[in-house]
Amino acid sequence: MDALAITLQYVFTGVAIGSIYAMVGLGFNIIYNCTGIINFAQGEFVMLGGMFMVTLTTVWKLPVGIAFPIAVLLVVLVGIGFERIAIHPLKNPSVLVLIMITIAGSILIKGLAMFAWGKEARYLPHFSGETPINIMGATILPQTLWVLASLLTVVVGLAYFFNRTLIGKAMRACAHNPDAARLVGISVKQMVTLSFGLSSGIGAIAGVVITPIILMDYQRGAMLALKGFGAAILGGLGSAPGAVLAGLLIGILESLGAGYISSHYKDAIALIVLLGVLFVRPGGLLGSADVQRLKKF
Amino acid sequence: MLKVQNLKSYYGRLQALRGISLHVGKGEIVTLIGANGAGKSTILNTVAGLVSQNEGKILLEGKDIRGLAPERIVRHGVALVPEGRQLFAPMTVVDNLELGAYVRHKNGSKIEIRQDMEMVFDLFPVLKERRKQLAGTLSGGEQQMLAIARALMSRPRLLLLDEPSMGLAPKISEEIFRTIVRLKKQEVTILLVEQNARMALEVAGRGYVIETGQVVVQGPSADLLRNHEVERAYLGKTYEKVWE
Ligand SMILES: Nc1ncnc2c1ncn2[C@@H]1O[C@H](COP(=O)(O)OP(=O)(O)OP(=O)(O)O)[C@@H](O)[C@H]1O
Ligand SMILES: [Mg+2]
Repeated sequence: MDALAITLQYVFTGVAIGSIYAMVGLGFNIIYNCTGIINFAQGEFVMLGGMFMVTLTTVWKLPVGIAFPIAVLLVVLVGIGFERIAIHPLKNPSVLVLIMITIAGSILIKGLAMFAWGKEARYLPHFSGETPINIMGATILPQTLWVLASLLTVVVGLAYFFNRTLIGKAMRACAHNPDAARLVGISVKQMVTLSFGLSSGIGAIAGVVITPIILMDYQRGAMLALKGFGAAILGGLGSAPGAVLAGLLIGILESLGAGYISSHYKDAIALIVLLGVLFVRPGGLLGSADVQRLKKF
Repeated sequence: MLKVQNLKSYYGRLQALRGISLHVGKGEIVTLIGANGAGKSTILNTVAGLVSQNEGKILLEGKDIRGLAPERIVRHGVALVPEGRQLFAPMTVVDNLELGAYVRHKNGSKIEIRQDMEMVFDLFPVLKERRKQLAGTLSGGEQQMLAIARALMSRPRLLLLDEPSMGLAPKISEEIFRTIVRLKKQEVTILLVEQNARMALEVAGRGYVIETGQVVVQGPSADLLRNHEVERAYLGKTYEKVWE
């Protein structure tokens, strides 16, 4: 392989994992916009998506086309259930309390997952085989195309939801001005529940499509969440296009760093870029400084 | 229509309303005037459900709505145009109006909502020209019109207006007030808070003067316009002129 092909290879690998960071970042943003909090259980939704998929396809022997939506639905139920039980009943909780609750939720889900699926990494067959596709001397796995297609579907779906549907617009209204939203009859609590459902679903999709490539264990969610959080911050907290751009960027940089420098430093490289950008643009790549001042972080 | 009895509202330990009683009859325009910090906005916000700590009674056609959440109260036909407009700035004019009709969407009343949108465009033609523009980029006057239009989209029986002329040029204020008069003809009941007491008393049938969370004077607008105390404190005339 020539240098160009090698670079391209690293980029492909980076885009795959970067798409996951992007989806996790989108999930963070949806809840953040609605509630002003970072949901530390976001990574666990990703993990659960992968784990449910493993069980549904290997134990229940369901075909991918059926297992995929079921796995996502199950995680959405977990997300909504978590919100309903732990967050919904609270009256005027502070941001700090909410964050503690999501941390507790994360630990709890991790623990339950360890009981259910054990400590070992779980394997999931690739959805469309493992025959690499050749592109300009580099190769790309069919599973990577699944990952990219998922990201695309999520992005287009969210754009439609937030710009074209009444409920989507109501969620945006709620994020922008909760009091005004209530005055037109929008229930903020309903929107918060919905935001948890939505972001757990997106997390689950990410978890389902990435598990064949990276395997999944009960702790995997945490690292993905950390990178996804990086994507959300780097892109500008609350900005959806920012999260996608930054997620892909972090994924690609990580992969290039691992390839050209050393895989020991790949996490550090992403982090240095993150800090570097935030030093120059505290609001993130696509976040406006104006909005940033009003937010709670 | 609306009957408020001995209403007391609190912000934490601060008591903002000290037993307010007032009423607004069907089809009436009633105005609340008073200095900054008197508690006018607090009255409207409490009626709309935004101020949760309160005591007393808020009867809407005999039914006590006090203590309900704002998203419930708007379903009872009460719409508040809040101080400072509170538009959904990053969304278009049409989106703002659509959300104004949020409580009605569930009944599958898409055509009716379209018609109402035409109705508010008729009331404020400039909004029709700006329909695709983001609310945050409208001029102050246009924003106020949109805020009123958004409230009207819920088809309120009672409209609460908090300082609709705030920060607007006299000409635009007059336009807003002309609309208020037009709304009265369409049988919308209005409770109006205003800094511009003279203009408010000219469109309103009755008024209440609020000072430090209490009603200090009340009566028909004509009487209030002639009341020396009111004239001195709120209508901007000098002492000497009153005594001439
Ligand atoms: N959110 C709040 N938290 C605490 N105190 C408040 C709050 N809103 C109003 N107050 C206080 O309540 C009192 C009444 O305020 P309110 O806004 O009702 O006055 P207002 O008559 O509408 O004044 P203005 O003409 O300036 O709008 C004031 O002393 C004010 O400082
Ligand atoms: Mg006020």
